[in-house]
Amino acid sequence: MRTKARTFAKNRLTISYHLYKLLQMDDLDAKFAALADPTRRAILARLSQGEATVNELVDPFEMSQPAISQHLKVLEGAGLIVSRVDGAKRPRRLAAAGIEAMDQWLAMLRTALEKNYDRLDEVLAGINQNKNGEIR
Amino acid sequence: MSKMTLKTEGDTHVIVTRHFAASPEAVYHAHTDPELIKKWLLGPEGWSMPVCISEARPGGKIRYEWTNGKGGGFHLTGEYLELNPCSRIVHVERMHLPDPTPDNHVETTFDRDGEGTSLTIRMTLPDEQTRANMLASGMERGMEASYLRLEEMI
Repeated sequence: MRTKARTFAKNRLTISYHLYKLLQMDDLDAKFAALADPTRRAILARLSQGEATVNELVDPFEMSQPAISQHLKVLEGAGLIVSRVDGAKRPRRLAAAGIEAMDQWLAMLRTALEKNYDRLDEVLAGINQNKNGEIR
Repeated sequence: MSKMTLKTEGDTHVIVTRHFAASPEAVYHAHTDPELIKKWLLGPEGWSMPVCISEARPGGKIRYEWTNGKGGGFHLTGEYLELNPCSRIVHVERMHLPDPTPDNHVETTFDRDGEGTSLTIRMTLPDEQTRANMLASGMERGMEASYLRLEEMI
């Protein structure tokens, strides 16, 4: 079983595997689903500059306060942002751990895809050397 | 310089682009000739593709089998739908893990770009759920971050 688990973990590193199977990872599933929305990505971009309250987010996004609150709820549920209590306010900020988990995952994904294309660069360089106008 | 881009389009598409310093003819062959495919389409270090079937004609079969040399492996099957030599490939593919994943419809285009080739892969997944839950948007975000880091490094 251990070997199987390890194989499974390794298989995950291929790009197509990610494309289909990422949704099966519970913790990351919610994070990526939360990101599948331009407003929520923009909110994260805003929060990357520092914490903000709901009202501070309403203005730049030209959305209603309930709409912004709903987006924040999704982001918070996904573990991408956290809130703290400051009197009557609840400023939100990025959740470092949640962002980092996704970042590591994406770094692996990027590595696998880039690796394929780096290898293809080498293959193509070989083709160019051999060809003199002819392919192969 | 960041070479690869990855973004979503509409509800079900994922678009990948990459520039190569080689002619469209060469890049096309590297995507259809099994002996060439085996050299690069391998994912992480340590994996190889002992079986590569690529019948580059409409209706032709695709089968890639990967192994890590330690008893681990999986495979992909697909069919070619349309081929415009050296410029465009349309195919469907699915992973067997071991259960087959939903069909991914893939259009790959090879455009001359100066001395080299601009590759564009347009994937169409069966529904929004398959793609949206997935990574697409998240991948995009992570990729962007990675490219920024890469640009700083270069």
